[in-house]
Amino acid sequence: MEALFAGALGILTASGVYLLLRARTFPVVMGLTLISYAVNLFLFAMGRLQTGVTTVIGANAGYADPLPQALVLTAIVIGFAMTAFVVVLALRSVGEMKTDHVDGRESAR
Amino acid sequence: MNHGLILPIVLPMFIGCLLLFGARLSIPVKRSLSLSSAAVLVPLSLWLMGQADQGGLQVYALGNWQPPFGIILLLDRLSALLLVATALLAFFALLYATRGDDQRGRNFHALFQFQLMGINGAFLTGDLFNLFVFFEILLIASYSLLLHGGGPERVRAGLHYVILNLVGSALFLLAVGVLYGITGTLNMADLAVRVAAATADQAPLLGAAGLLLLVVFGLKAAFLPLYFWLPRAYASATAPVAALFAIMTKIGLYSILRVYTLIFGDDAGMLANMAQDWLWPLALLTIGLGVIGALAAGSLHGLLAYLVVVSVGTLLAGISLGTPQALAAALYYLLHSTWIAGGLFLLADLIARQRGDKAAQLIQGPALQNPHLLGILFFVGAISVAGLPPLSGFIGKLLLLRAVEPGLQALFFWPVVLGGGLATLIALSRAGSTLFWRVGLSQLDSAELDRGRLLACIGLLLLSPLLVGLAAPLLTYVEATAAQLLDLQLYRQIVVPGGAS
Repeated sequence: MEALFAGALGILTASGVYLLLRARTFPVVMGLTLISYAVNLFLFAMGRLQTGVTTVIGANAGYADPLPQALVLTAIVIGFAMTAFVVVLALRSVGEMKTDHVDGRESAR
Repeated sequence: MNHGLILPIVLPMFIGCLLLFGARLSIPVKRSLSLSSAAVLVPLSLWLMGQADQGGLQVYALGNWQPPFGIILLLDRLSALLLVATALLAFFALLYATRGDDQRGRNFHALFQFQLMGINGAFLTGDLFNLFVFFEILLIASYSLLLHGGGPERVRAGLHYVILNLVGSALFLLAVGVLYGITGTLNMADLAVRVAAATADQAPLLGAAGLLLLVVFGLKAAFLPLYFWLPRAYASATAPVAALFAIMTKIGLYSILRVYTLIFGDDAGMLANMAQDWLWPLALLTIGLGVIGALAAGSLHGLLAYLVVVSVGTLLAGISLGTPQALAAALYYLLHSTWIAGGLFLLADLIARQRGDKAAQLIQGPALQNPHLLGILFFVGAISVAGLPPLSGFIGKLLLLRAVEPGLQALFFWPVVLGGGLATLIALSRAGSTLFWRVGLSQLDSAELDRGRLLACIGLLLLSPLLVGLAAPLLTYVEATAAQLLDLQLYRQIVVPGGAS
């Protein structure tokens, strides 16, 4: 399970970084979203990957750490707000500058 | 438990919510609410500074969960000092904004209060994930404040600033995740204990997390490879926002100081003082490139933004030296550079308002209406920021230079700082002679000097002579701060049951 999980995170992050380096606002927003997915999953995995265990200490031998789940929840909420903000900002930038290039002008070819 | 600790966070939060729900209140009511909140924060933070100066650490356990299990707020001399720096800067910046700049967009006052809440929270928290949360609060408020007033230039600078900081937040979460995954705690004092006890196979991962944090804080503090967003963002922000942003780079520096003295400090075994080797060359290069940028800047705002970069480099050099003398000198210089940079941003706006469409560009323009008054203020700010006697920049730089031991370090540090000071002086003299002397004969009829704005600007610039006047007690305080920061045993007491006061 660990290898599968790590591979998925790697693909998400690599795609995110690739999109982030495109100079258009929409791919950049998509890239940021993919990276934040990868980060949230990573945080979640920091409580160790296991299945079928309770979240109550003492109920049985193993238990799932509840703290990373709380951290992920916070990170998701914050990430959601930030994504909403950057989408609005990107739309405004297209409106103000008539181009979706992140520098506000087309690069010279 | 001292409930005063949470007031600098709760007060701006309540006033901010009130302003948000009362968005239709008349503008004088909003202004007086916002300004009174900022005014109350000044005596409040001075009182907390007095509390912190009694020597002990004050811990506020939220929900009464004992550390290390719950989130704690931690007041030591360092956080109290930065609270005072924020409160004074914010009061004068807000005073300036209430003279008209707050009406150039919506919800300025609510955003300003949330920004203050985030900044104060970041300085007070003793928990790494909570630091992330307060970073996000202050960042999202700063995104909107940066865009306040609108216009393509602000949107362009804002887009870069927002995207870079979102990537920074992702890296912050990765670092926090690794630290939690290995040590099982997020309380900074507890992290210090666990990192010191790390085994040989855990140390490289902890080191990687630590260096990821350095990248994040470096992005906030804006030193060498990560400062390119700063000049454009600061130069395009409205004056009161740019003035408030003078504290923003210091939040990054504060976090570096906190994390790399406490968690990865002297006691951290294999990871002891791992950031300092990286910071020393970066600091010197940052000063050098900042000075070049200042010499090449085409507008007064751009020049001032590069001077912020120079001050970051100077402070970072002090932090990376890590000796008590160097830390004390850096903290004194931090107060000076925050307030004077804020004051100069306000002054630049006052000057730009009298130059019509030439604004702050460093080209020949119409004659100013009040050349003598603004000229004297510019002169005071310039000699203070360039580090000439008799003002506070001189004392700060002198202390920093004296803190370097003779030898190889001094051989690099002295020429860079002194040469940087000279180049700053040249850049500012050139800007000043263009703005005040190389002027046309005609004056603009529309421009006038607003007394409230002038008062706010003079207030911030007068803090420089005040820093000189109060140098003796302040230096005693910052020396005690540096000693406290390096006394790791004191911080470890927090996580011992019954050890926190």
